[in-house]
Amino acid sequence: MTHQTLRDWLLTDTPQSRRQASAAAWYAGWLKLKRNTLAMAGLIVLIALILGALCAPLLATQDPFVQDLGARLLAPGTDGHIFGTDSLGRDIWSRLIYGARISLYIVALVAVVAPLLGLIIGTVAGYAGGILDVVLMRFTDIFLAFPRLILALAFVAALGAGIENAVLAISLTAWPPYARIARAETLTIRNSDFIHAIKLQGAGPLRIITRHVWPLCISSLVIRVTLDMAGIILTAAGLGFLGLGAQPPSPEWGAMVSEGRKYILDYWWVATIPGLAIFTISLAFNLLGDGLRDVLDPREAGK
Amino acid sequence: MPRWLRKLLGTVLTIAITLLGLLFVTFMIGRVMPIDPVLAVIGERATQAQYDKVFIELGLDKPLISQFLIYVGDVLQGDFGRSIRTGQLVSDDIKRVFPATLELATLGTLFGVFIGVPLGVLAAVYRGTWIDQLARLVGLVGYSMPIFWLGLVGLLLFYGILGWVAGPGRLGVFYQGIVPERSGLLLLDAAIARDWTVFKDAFSHIILPAGLLGYFSLAYISRMTRSFMLEQLSAEYITTARVKGLSEWNVVWRHAFRNIRIQLVTVIALAYANLLEGSVLTEIIFAWPGIGQYITTSLLANDMNSVLGGTVVIGTIFVGLNIFSDLLYRFFDPRAK
Amino acid sequence: MTKTNRSLRTAALLAALMGGVALPAMAETPPNMLVIANRIDDIKTFDPAESFEFAGADVSRNVYEKLVNFDPLDLDAGFQPELAESWEVSEDGTVITFTMAEGHVFASGNPVTAKDAAFSLQRAVKLDKTPSFILTQFGFTPDNVDEMIKATDDKTLVVTLDQKYAVSFVLNCLTATIGGIVDMETVMANETDGDMGSAWLRTNTAGSGPYKVVDWKPNESVLMDLNPSYGGETPAMQRVIVQHIQESATQRLQLERGDIDIARNLSPEDVASIKEQDGLKVVDELKGRLMYWSANQKKEMLTDPKLLEALKWAVDYQGMADSFLNGQYTVHQAFLPLTFLGALTEKPFTYDMDKAKAALAESGYPDCGPIEISVREAQERMDIAQSLQNTWNQLGCDVSLIVGTGAQTLDRYRAREHDIYLGAWGPDYPDPNTNAGTFAVNPDNSDESGNTGYLAWRNAWDIPEMTQDTLAAVVENDTETRAEMYIELQKQHQQVSPFGIMFQQIEQHGMRENVQNFVSGGATTAASYWVVTK
Repeated sequence: MTHQTLRDWLLTDTPQSRRQASAAAWYAGWLKLKRNTLAMAGLIVLIALILGALCAPLLATQDPFVQDLGARLLAPGTDGHIFGTDSLGRDIWSRLIYGARISLYIVALVAVVAPLLGLIIGTVAGYAGGILDVVLMRFTDIFLAFPRLILALAFVAALGAGIENAVLAISLTAWPPYARIARAETLTIRNSDFIHAIKLQGAGPLRIITRHVWPLCISSLVIRVTLDMAGIILTAAGLGFLGLGAQPPSPEWGAMVSEGRKYILDYWWVATIPGLAIFTISLAFNLLGDGLRDVLDPREAGK
Repeated sequence: MPRWLRKLLGTVLTIAITLLGLLFVTFMIGRVMPIDPVLAVIGERATQAQYDKVFIELGLDKPLISQFLIYVGDVLQGDFGRSIRTGQLVSDDIKRVFPATLELATLGTLFGVFIGVPLGVLAAVYRGTWIDQLARLVGLVGYSMPIFWLGLVGLLLFYGILGWVAGPGRLGVFYQGIVPERSGLLLLDAAIARDWTVFKDAFSHIILPAGLLGYFSLAYISRMTRSFMLEQLSAEYITTARVKGLSEWNVVWRHAFRNIRIQLVTVIALAYANLLEGSVLTEIIFAWPGIGQYITTSLLANDMNSVLGGTVVIGTIFVGLNIFSDLLYRFFDPRAK
Repeated sequence: MTKTNRSLRTAALLAALMGGVALPAMAETPPNMLVIANRIDDIKTFDPAESFEFAGADVSRNVYEKLVNFDPLDLDAGFQPELAESWEVSEDGTVITFTMAEGHVFASGNPVTAKDAAFSLQRAVKLDKTPSFILTQFGFTPDNVDEMIKATDDKTLVVTLDQKYAVSFVLNCLTATIGGIVDMETVMANETDGDMGSAWLRTNTAGSGPYKVVDWKPNESVLMDLNPSYGGETPAMQRVIVQHIQESATQRLQLERGDIDIARNLSPEDVASIKEQDGLKVVDELKGRLMYWSANQKKEMLTDPKLLEALKWAVDYQGMADSFLNGQYTVHQAFLPLTFLGALTEKPFTYDMDKAKAALAESGYPDCGPIEISVREAQERMDIAQSLQNTWNQLGCDVSLIVGTGAQTLDRYRAREHDIYLGAWGPDYPDPNTNAGTFAVNPDNSDESGNTGYLAWRNAWDIPEMTQDTLAAVVENDTETRAEMYIELQKQHQQVSPFGIMFQQIEQHGMRENVQNFVSGGATTAASYWVVTK
């Protein structure tokens, strides 16, 4: 199949199969997204970031952990340090590159754990109904009523500082909205004819929820997760900044800002550069998420 | 029982259960925290006998559940206990720190509203043009900024280099204690006392953190405004109005905007609640003696009485504002009935 | 006009206002007011019987007078008469009789008498708060203290000790915060539930010192005004404000802009910059705080003397002192801080990887094992920990950091769960025994004893003989001999102990050029504001 025909196949007005129809819908969405310059810019930054993180050992000019107390706080550009060195003489560029791994790792983990937690609670509540629904939703409300950063802080303080615990803490504060979405979806699905049919075939609730309800909830959760990515990064960086995220000497960006803040008056780059990195990646996620929303939710779309 | 009464009781019960749950979760976190609250009171040089004495004074020898029940009983009588860290009553501490956060969040929300709403309206009217794109970018940048970093850079630039604003804290040292405390909101107190030097000093302290916080709510408010306006502008009555030859200004502000006011108020209420709870990092950067900083530092010292008291206050307001916007929405929006 | 139009106009107005706010480039504090930026979030109470924190001690020293005290302008002279004009020691050395001086008056207007002194010391023993050990080590208990510390008339105070002690030891202890004399009448008038005024004294002061506290906002500021009844020369500064500012950079900005007179927590970088500026100066002062690491003797590997020696060689003492600790710490390797009686200046260890590797090869663990360093989340400690990690890793040890809040890290330390603890220790009272009694004394190494007050115990270091030697030094009344005993102890301690003492703190105060005579108390006492002029 040549490129031309693939394009035709995708753009057809009369799809021959369900597969073709859904592929065509995706392709149309992609075309729309491609026209959105800002979203594409975000996507490119993110791809560059992921590649950078994967190839960190190749891109880093130095070991991000090796200290050189004789070469501390060098300005960007001196002695081959593109972004200068920090207070312990470590190369900031190399630390940034390795730090990207940590940020992506945190985002990836939270993006799996939080929606999953929300999905389980939401679908169970929605499907079971009755007293279980009331209890679970009240539980969700309690978590929604919490100041989020403070709750995350409290969890990390209780669990002990560290990346995994930061992930857990952020997930524990991020799940309630997902639970609400999942519950709303479940309520509409629950009473549909095909679920009744499956019930008649003798399927148990567990099977129905995992096999039939979950797949239908996932798409709306995915949209929401994409929009939340930047928030996750900012919360993780905030925890790192407060000393409760990744622990030294790990080059987590928030922790780097925190370390550099002591020197901000005379050595601006130590805190500013990791801060810019956080801003860039979180903006990239937001641009992409915003573009995706336009594609997926036409009501919000610009022309 | 009339229906409205039942509904009211239901709402009150919901709030009560939510708050109780909030207390319970916070309480439990405090108890599993790997920090010894006794040591926090007596310091590291105390003897074992002194340790045991405080252990019993704090009621830590009782079972967890009865500790919790005792605590809730005290709270119902308005007694939040004593802070370990400051040695003062938690209720006094909160009375001192809360107005600082309230002032900051209020001013921040005002910025957000006065800039965000016009921006959102403009973006909707000039939908798809560069104005729309600019508004969108401004909003997205706001969403993407690590506030702790922006605060640092802002402080460096506007205080350190340019000297346009005053530094961290709420008031210059030698202005302290001049204006009698009435509301705890410094700007208001200074205005009441007609002491404009103090007012000016307080204003130059608050402007930067409030501006930064405002930027964040601006992002949210302008986006929602735009989306509400788009909905209205595509409605039939707008077309009718345009056909009748009304000026564009009239159409936008008199007709479309008037119809989104209620929705906007609910959005603003939520943005306000978010700022109240979201000012933690800003307060830390700006040494702003508010409730976010209070809760955070208490938390790290395992000063759980303070954390619980602070969380209850923030939680109550958050739940309250949520319910308020919910009710407002239901009351005014015909579709929600 | 519609509402929206009006609100748009308001927005424009507000925006104009925002741009228009500009402060004068350089402010200045009033000439009779001293404004200090410091970290004062540790203050929990002003009660001398309970207060045991640095910032609290600064306040206390300016509010409460003591029987004997240090002259801020001549700290090296040691304790001097203050509320007591003279004292006599009985022949067997167990009774000290103080004669009270004239002319000292509390802020309330009541004169200071021997009864106030007796009450204050008895009260501190009876309340039994954390710092009470400073007094109770002389045999006072809540039950016997009414007999042991007694005012026989308004001018005479008789203190009976349980055995003979070096007089310098006893009097040094009385200069500590807990020796502050409170106004009995005022305090007892504010008693609630038999607390001897404890709740009231948390936030109020009742002393005869040059200042009184008029306002305290926890974590924000302490405001002190002159004590109108102060008997001494009237201080130049009528009002002292200490503002809590966490960040060094902020303190520096405020100093540069003239918002404050003194900045007390400056980083080396900020100090360097302030030294360069006209109108500002930096004054160094040696403090009592030591930075050390210690190895838990419950961990088999860490009891190996050769391994410990290797670790002591593999520390980049001078490298740290010259870089991130520059100017803030000086290399010091003995448990008594410089300026203390019996301080040892010898520094046997340098950064020497060859010696370290040789020592390690001789040890039972030539491969070194995994070592965890417990450290609290605070910049300078983290920097030191990372440097240790770096150099010890070069030895082949597999070093990781366990970072926690101060309280978490301390909990582990007191429970003897750490491998290596990186910490700081400051003297509690200006006598050598304050450090010797914890670094080199461990009366009972069992877990049950729970002797967390002794650093030797926390590291499970069982030293019956050294304990004897150290305790012998507190009864030696000949000062020369006493100093000699401590020097010998420290020499031994440097070689055999599981403590790696690395640094002694230097406080670098940035101040405006015109500020004179600011003394933060050296290694022995706290800040004295009453001698400051500007």
